[in-house]
Amino acid sequence: MEAENAVFTENLGRIYKIRGAKKNESKQLIALEGVNLSIRKGELFGLLGPNGAGKTTLIKILTTLLAPTSGKANVAGFDVYKEADEIRHHINMVSGGETSGYGLLTVKENLWMFSQFYGIDSKIANQRIKRLLEIVELSDRTNTKCAELSTGLRQKMNIIRGFLTDPEVLFLDEPTLGLDVGASRDVRKFIRTWIEEQPQRTVLLTTHYMVEADELCNRVAIINKGKVLACDTPTALKHTLRKDAIFNIEVNSEAPFSVDSLRKIAGVIRADKTEEDGFSRLEIVLKHESVLSSVIDEFHTLNLRIQNLQKREATLEDVFVALVGARMEEVEHAEFAED
Amino acid sequence: MSSLTRKDLLSKDFLSIFRRSFKTSTWLGWKIESNWTDPFLFAVYSIIKPLSGAAIIVVMYSVIAQGNYDTPYFAFLYFGNAFFQYVGSVMTGVSWAIVDDREHYKTLKYMYVAPIQMPTYLLGRGMARILVGTLSVFITILGGILFLNVPFHFSEVNWLLFAVTFVLGIIALINMGLILAGVTLMLARHSDFVGDAVASSMFLFTGAIFPITSLPVVLQPIGYALPTTYWLELIRRALIGNVVDAFPTFAGFSNLQLLGILTAFALVLSIVSNRIFKACEHRAREQGLIDRVTNY
Repeated sequence: MEAENAVFTENLGRIYKIRGAKKNESKQLIALEGVNLSIRKGELFGLLGPNGAGKTTLIKILTTLLAPTSGKANVAGFDVYKEADEIRHHINMVSGGETSGYGLLTVKENLWMFSQFYGIDSKIANQRIKRLLEIVELSDRTNTKCAELSTGLRQKMNIIRGFLTDPEVLFLDEPTLGLDVGASRDVRKFIRTWIEEQPQRTVLLTTHYMVEADELCNRVAIINKGKVLACDTPTALKHTLRKDAIFNIEVNSEAPFSVDSLRKIAGVIRADKTEEDGFSRLEIVLKHESVLSSVIDEFHTLNLRIQNLQKREATLEDVFVALVGARMEEVEHAEFAED
Repeated sequence: MSSLTRKDLLSKDFLSIFRRSFKTSTWLGWKIESNWTDPFLFAVYSIIKPLSGAAIIVVMYSVIAQGNYDTPYFAFLYFGNAFFQYVGSVMTGVSWAIVDDREHYKTLKYMYVAPIQMPTYLLGRGMARILVGTLSVFITILGGILFLNVPFHFSEVNWLLFAVTFVLGIIALINMGLILAGVTLMLARHSDFVGDAVASSMFLFTGAIFPITSLPVVLQPIGYALPTTYWLELIRRALIGNVVDAFPTFAGFSNLQLLGILTAFALVLSIVSNRIFKACEHRAREQGLIDRVTNY
């Protein structure tokens, strides 16, 4: 079973010891707990969760940068703890939202140098660099020094660095973080094309963008507070909410109102409000469509006028909310407030 | 191919990884060291830096000795100071890439993920500094001979002793640099000061500018425990043998005996440094320090 998997983890855990403000004071932070994952060869696997969920910690363990504190993990058939040197021949990694790179070197020099560390023939490396620069539309910056690139362009260069070595398993940690909408779309498209070119290529992608996970991944694991809460195809995950009726409703009101009374209606799973310019947008999840009439009755009580009402399909965001009990941003804000 | 054993294949792999790690990191190190300015300014900097370093020592000496440069002590001090430049350039050259890649370029984690030998990578990154250091030592000595009448007679130099000593010393320093790199890897904060602190303290204990017998008796064992002490002594004996006679710290030791001690140091350090570095690396992985950026 392990041999068919590009990545395999069993009861994987990681605890950080954090030094406190006072001398000799320390506390423990559980970054990962009992993570069991099997990622098949050829799969584009997504790890979806808010910031601080443990995604990057998992990537660091799998790329041999960090040792686990419990459990085991295999990448390309090798143990991450005992056989780190072997694993490094089979993997590569790209982290998003950072400005890594040697500023004094040009884009081409940076990329060529990394290709040499992986033992790629210089001629082949130059061909790959040329092709990849064209794909991410960075050809015009081939001879620009890395220090002169914007954060987004550096990110593009780093994405090329990851693909350049044609790894068996590629770890992409928030690869589109810091990219504009168009560039993100191009990168997603390229990731999809790249993995489809060779059946043995595997990608583990972490993201907190629901659309990215939904659009790209064969399977997605939803992670929060270091635990994997669900793992399946995006369709199957959304299918778990098939009985729910989800509505986006825009309403006008003359006075401020609360959604608490809506939440108290039997059959209402969730009711959230966001204020827009001149109207309020409600997102209401019902156990069944028939509950909608009770909700509309409550609108009359609250003096709300409906501007727009739309039933929509469940998204991975809804799945996340159903599993965690809060939206991803709410979880992130709560984490931030705790810190 | 089929006759090759797994051991053969591994050693072949080892050599190919060694070659590419060293070659590419040397290229990178040279680009970083030399590319920060245009070639002319780099050349000027490379000449002025060692000369101004030597000038500080010469002026200090001049004040104390009231301008008398014809003493054996001046030659002792001048050569010791000149060759001590290697201690900084080799040791920090090898270890500095840890700080530079982790804090400045934020690429250390990508180097760790790559299939390279980290000690070889660090050595390659340090090569540029070692070459610049060599240039500095050469310029310092040339400046001393041309302008300060430092007693150096080409025909009296024991070139064989110099060559063997030089190589052994550099091997010892490279391995000390690797140990320093391991320590640096484990220190997420202030790790950039470690190299300077170690090199500066060695300046005091290693007999670079005064014989270690001038140190308080309790501190002298530190000097005797450092390979650089024997290295500098042998370098002086090879280049300015007669001057050393005035400072008989190691009078009871023949050249061969001192070479034996230096060889032992180089051998032990070569074995120990790799193990210490691996142990530090292991601990850094356990503590999550390999890619920790302090933003200082």
